[in-house]
Amino acid sequence: MSGFFLLLKRDLILANRNRSELFNPLLFFILVSTLFTMGTTASPELLSKISAGIIWVGALLASLLSIDSIFRSDYEDGCLEQWLLSSHSSSVLVLAKIVAHWIITGLPVIIITPLLALMLHLPTESLTTLMLTLLLGTPVLSLIGSIGVALTLGLRKGGMLLPLLILPFYVPVLIFANNAVQVSASGLDASAQITMLAAILVLAITLTPITVVACLKLSVE
Amino acid sequence: MFQFFFKLAAAPNFYRFSSKLLPWLAVSTLLVIVVGLYHGLWLAPADYQQGDSYRIMFVHVPAAWMSMFIYIMMAGSAAIALIWRIKLADLFVISSAPIGASFTLLALATGSIWGKPMWGTWWVWDARLTSELILLFIYVGIISLYNAIEDKRSAAKAIGILTLVGLVNIPIIHFSVEWWSTLHQGPTVSKLDAPSIHLSMLIPLLVMAVGFKLFYLTIVLLRMQNHILLQEKNSTWLARKADEL
Repeated sequence: MSGFFLLLKRDLILANRNRSELFNPLLFFILVSTLFTMGTTASPELLSKISAGIIWVGALLASLLSIDSIFRSDYEDGCLEQWLLSSHSSSVLVLAKIVAHWIITGLPVIIITPLLALMLHLPTESLTTLMLTLLLGTPVLSLIGSIGVALTLGLRKGGMLLPLLILPFYVPVLIFANNAVQVSASGLDASAQITMLAAILVLAITLTPITVVACLKLSVE
Repeated sequence: MFQFFFKLAAAPNFYRFSSKLLPWLAVSTLLVIVVGLYHGLWLAPADYQQGDSYRIMFVHVPAAWMSMFIYIMMAGSAAIALIWRIKLADLFVISSAPIGASFTLLALATGSIWGKPMWGTWWVWDARLTSELILLFIYVGIISLYNAIEDKRSAAKAIGILTLVGLVNIPIIHFSVEWWSTLHQGPTVSKLDAPSIHLSMLIPLLVMAVGFKLFYLTIVLLRMQNHILLQEKNSTWLARKADEL
């Protein structure tokens, strides 16, 4: 486990030294959400219906764009190869990278969400549900995204390929999260959807690191 | 038995074996599909509710079955390729992917044509339509990943992993999409004890399903042969074969 915390600490320090990496996804998230309101009529009634969807799609795109660089610099300077060769369990190290990515890009998005929810007229009673779905859902986005990154790592024209590969797999998270918010907005109990999201998260944590390691080994071959 | 499969897994043996098999497969594909279409389009009675327009079912339903059947075959083959490192299994995965994508597209297109007179709209965001559409995206993703990686051997391994990732995700996607209200009619054939479809319609449907599977087998063998020819173009056995011709 010591390898896990060492790598996590290193990535967080690196992100702290390079603050733009911290703020770019967040700014992107806010901008996308703002553009959505300008793309529709910004009437409060319409917004209150679709605001959860806007916030979720914004968070999803922010995660997608930022995940592209998760292994990039380590791949280019050769660190990645050394980790795969080291005596530490590769899947634990990969999990540390993913957790670090989520803390750097996912957590700020969740923290800024109440403000955006206010601006987008989200019904106040469903804000807690939205926060809970983001808390359970955004780690899944980072986990699934890292598979796509590991598969396209060595490619020069991987840029447009990555969304094509992983966006279909984001569908369940988006559906359950939005369903939970809709249900809670109409005053019903959303625990079924929340539980499903938690189950997806557990499944993703269990299976993703192993898959990512297999893909990375292909990419560094 | 195992000996037979191991021998078959070598490219020259597979090439010879499949060349012998292909004419038989092609002829039986044609026969079964012609019989199925004749029964479906002429002999089967018109539906009491949908009239003659239900007959597109004899293409639509088997195509939708194939879209999932091919994916399962690909996933099984990808697992075999990962575990036993059989190159032929890799070839099977990449040869199947475009066929699966085509059947998925066919199912979506025929479903849309069927939906216009029945539901009054070309497209609805219904559970099965949506998950079929996402399946198409996954197929396209697999094909483009294979095309993007230049070293074809690692490309084959990469799409094998992606196929297996999809296998875990497809049921989750399907059930998540079912949370929406469903317009599509429920399954009418899989209720084996008392299918809610009349026998005169069920038989052509099953014949068409067999015909489509034979068609898939024919095309996948042809495509695998093509891949072998491309990959082994510098090998001696192919040079000898070319000399014979």
